[in-house]
Amino acid sequence: MSKTTTGTSAEDTPPAGPPGEPAPATTPSGEAAPTAETPADDDLGAAGSQLSTAPTETSVPGSFGGNRAPGLAGRLAWTGREMFGWVRWFWRQLTSMRVALLLLFLLSLGAIPGSLIPQTGTDAMKVDAFRQAHTTLAPLYDKLGLFHVYSSPWFSAIYILLFVSLIGCIVPRTWQFTGQLRSRPPGAPKRLTRLPAYAVWRTDAAPEEVREAALQALKQRRFRAHTAGDAVAAEKGYLREAGNLLFHIALIVMLIAFGWGQLYKTEGDKLIVEGDGFSNTLTQYDDFKSGNLFDDDDLVPFSFDLKKFTATYERNGPNKGTPRTFEAALDYSEGADGEVRHRTVKVNEPLEIGDAKVYLVSHGYAPTVTVRDGKGNVVLRQAVPLLPLDANETSQGAIKVFDGYRDAQGKKEQLGFSAFFVPTFAGAGKGTMFSQFPALDFPVLALGGYHGDLGVDAGTPQNVYQLDTKNPNLKPFKDAKGNILKSRLLPGETMTLPNGAGSITFEKDIQEWAGFQIVQQPATGWALTGALAAIAGLAGSLFIQRRRVWVRAVRGADGVTVVEVAGLGRSESAKLPEEVGALAALVHDKAPTHTDADADRPDADTPVPAEGAETQ
Amino acid sequence: MTLAAATELATATNEHLAHISNTLIYSSMAVYTLAFFAYIAEWLFGSRSKVARTAAALTAKPDGAAKAQGPAVAVKSAGGTAVLERPQVVVRSAAGSRDVPDGPGAHGGDVQGDLYGRIAVSLTALAFLVELSGVVARAASVERAPWGNMYEFNITFSTVAVGVYLTLLALKKNVRWIGLFLTTTVLLDLGLAVTVLYTASDQLVPALHSYWLYIHVSTAILCGAVFYVGAVGTLLYLFKDSYENKLVGGGKPGRFATSVLERLPASASLDKFAYRINAAVFPLWTFTIIAGSIWAESAWGRYWGWDPKETWAFITWVAYACYLHARSTAGWKGRKAAYIALIAFACWLFNYYGVNIFVSGKHSYAGV
Ligand code: HEM
Repeated sequence: MSKTTTGTSAEDTPPAGPPGEPAPATTPSGEAAPTAETPADDDLGAAGSQLSTAPTETSVPGSFGGNRAPGLAGRLAWTGREMFGWVRWFWRQLTSMRVALLLLFLLSLGAIPGSLIPQTGTDAMKVDAFRQAHTTLAPLYDKLGLFHVYSSPWFSAIYILLFVSLIGCIVPRTWQFTGQLRSRPPGAPKRLTRLPAYAVWRTDAAPEEVREAALQALKQRRFRAHTAGDAVAAEKGYLREAGNLLFHIALIVMLIAFGWGQLYKTEGDKLIVEGDGFSNTLTQYDDFKSGNLFDDDDLVPFSFDLKKFTATYERNGPNKGTPRTFEAALDYSEGADGEVRHRTVKVNEPLEIGDAKVYLVSHGYAPTVTVRDGKGNVVLRQAVPLLPLDANETSQGAIKVFDGYRDAQGKKEQLGFSAFFVPTFAGAGKGTMFSQFPALDFPVLALGGYHGDLGVDAGTPQNVYQLDTKNPNLKPFKDAKGNILKSRLLPGETMTLPNGAGSITFEKDIQEWAGFQIVQQPATGWALTGALAAIAGLAGSLFIQRRRVWVRAVRGADGVTVVEVAGLGRSESAKLPEEVGALAALVHDKAPTHTDADADRPDADTPVPAEGAETQ
Repeated sequence: MTLAAATELATATNEHLAHISNTLIYSSMAVYTLAFFAYIAEWLFGSRSKVARTAAALTAKPDGAAKAQGPAVAVKSAGGTAVLERPQVVVRSAAGSRDVPDGPGAHGGDVQGDLYGRIAVSLTALAFLVELSGVVARAASVERAPWGNMYEFNITFSTVAVGVYLTLLALKKNVRWIGLFLTTTVLLDLGLAVTVLYTASDQLVPALHSYWLYIHVSTAILCGAVFYVGAVGTLLYLFKDSYENKLVGGGKPGRFATSVLERLPASASLDKFAYRINAAVFPLWTFTIIAGSIWAESAWGRYWGWDPKETWAFITWVAYACYLHARSTAGWKGRKAAYIALIAFACWLFNYYGVNIFVSGKHSYAGV
């Protein structure tokens, strides 16, 4: 926007006509034949104003301070005016359509990198991989916040500015709109011929009768109409503006609801083996994230047991192995000790308790193993959850015996087993250890045994699914030939540890586990309401036309009444002429065309506009 | 009958249906090709007529407003209905717009051209029916809505796009000129579908099981088809507008451009057409995104996770909002707004193809 030094401030600019249209050159008045130019604002005056509450673009004065009086007081006053002027100018800029457009554009542009660069919020592992692969690019990305675009300062800046702009835009517009609702449609412009749709005819009916008929017709068509001077003024389609405001307000409601939800949200994961349970307290989670304002007491109290997990898979065809059903049968109870109820949770059907939802997000196998010491005492009997590596549920994990085990000499020791499990083994000698199908068709468990110190006491947190085989205090068991002890077991088979160190048995009872995500997010109801209101508002704003119609009736010099009907819309529309035509027809019924001797004169189609007639 | 036998029988039926569906899709491609040639014939015959209404309107002095046909006022008289002298509605165009009449359409007023045009429309309608049955057979074979993978998206998408075109024609809108552009892209779209994207019919993975899928995906496809029609309008608007600008500036456009563009509607009409189309689906697109986030919430436990597909749906949405804002901002109407509309459609296309192919995210299952 160019800076001009004319010193006109926004208040001095005349009321704009249909907003956003470039001010057209004034046509020389007194010209009967309408030209291709637009109705000039000067001609329409108030009639064309405020058909919408869109902000008008204003030019920028060079100086706001005006004359500077001598002395310190003068300087201060001038500085104050100057500063105030700039602040106001800045605010006007921020709330102008042009800047809103720019910010919207920036918002969509800013969202792009986040879809192309891995994001910590969606896939932290990918981000790590990216960091390793691009050692020069990654630090730069880090500086720019490109690994978490949607929470980066610059992205937030764009949408916060956009929403400030939005609020700055809505408040005055709402104000203006309520004003328009209370006031009446403006009176007819002097020359109706200049309007986009226009009709005229001569009638024998008296002007008062015509106006009365017009008022009726307009009201019948649900216009807001009143008689002003020699014409009836009417307006319709306020819902467009209302819809537009509703839409923009709904956007703010949605943003606040999302923000609120983010601050109070909690999200945690829990892996549960069939037969085990969970109660909703912080300590029970495997992994827990919460918003900044979340308080532990906000957790909805409930508990549940995983009774059974069922998965079925496509057996034939090109999509062999794709999952068909995932179901977790739960027994749950609300509150500290509520009544126990049964419920099946599926991928798309979470369990809802208050604000909390329990989603089924993953599953895998948990083979049951029994570990015995040299004397045959059972030191561990457990279904050990293993993590799937591929779609066919090839799974990996670790079995750890922390205490209760003594070696052949009776010395306290810890045991660790690396476990590799396939639900459907390809068969010995097939060259692959990977699973061929996700269901338990031919389960095989491969184990490697270690003994010594698992390193838990050192205090460093341990991954329960991994055995730290690089730990120097953990030594592999060796078989008779001196190789690392490894064994492939079928259900029911046992791997004996050397030198009377005991044994590990792969039990026939293979359990499944299910991973749950427990999410608590308040204010989603508000967000949804906002979204629905936004759609309703949008529909109103885009499908409804706001338009004005005037019907003028004046007695001409020859005593015959001239009726003019004209319409003006926000934007050019094919419907406007139709509507003007229909209204003209309604009025015409009551005030039919004047027939006299020269009714069949050739120019009957173009009656003299009322302008040229005698005014009352 | 054992359960296994029943399953086998069902599988056989389904494979049979899938086969029928494929045959129908191929047949529809053949009919679209015929329609394509008929449209070409329409344009060729139309080029014989030397219409130059635009040039005439722009080079002649503006000497009055165009008189539009106002609705006749029928007055019931004793004997029956007689049309009295009616008040005629005079229409004036808005600021800055040129008073240019719409072109006569591809046939250019040529009788033979018009005949081919009609044949082309009939063939398009026939191809539409065949393709639609193909889509329905596909749906029957997989026992679900045909929106599980890119192949199915593509065949449904082109069916809906043609459906939108035929609906506009049935509503007596002046859109026959889109025919050639539409059949060309439909053929490309189907060609891509049957060669690159083909996926044997199959059921859905559990994550795709939800009635929100039906709502979200069906509206997404409809929006895409309508956005596409709007984008064609926008593109032609840009051509026609340059053409008119050239004429106003006293330039002499090439013969081919003159022949083609003279037959299209006036730039103002094309612009209005594109705006109406885009504005009409924008609320539906908004709804599509919301429906998608509701589905995401029940499937993945969050409404919005900035998954690439979600992000691009958002970008597309904001881009169309930009376009709508641009239209009511001084200095941004017309060509600048049209460029934004094209960018917005490019975003939609990228979301449809690009994200599935180049970016991996939660949405990239089911084949491609
Ligand atoms: C998230 C941001 C926004 C979105 C998605 C959005 C979307 C829309 C849409 C779809 C329309 C309807 C356009 C039409 O009537 O043709 C519209 C109109 C409008 N918007 Fe926004 N808008 C946003 C922000 C803003 C801001 C910040 C402002 C204030 C400067 C604003 C001011 C307006 C005005 C004045 C109109 C009405 C224009 C008219 O009457 O033609 N919008 N907006």
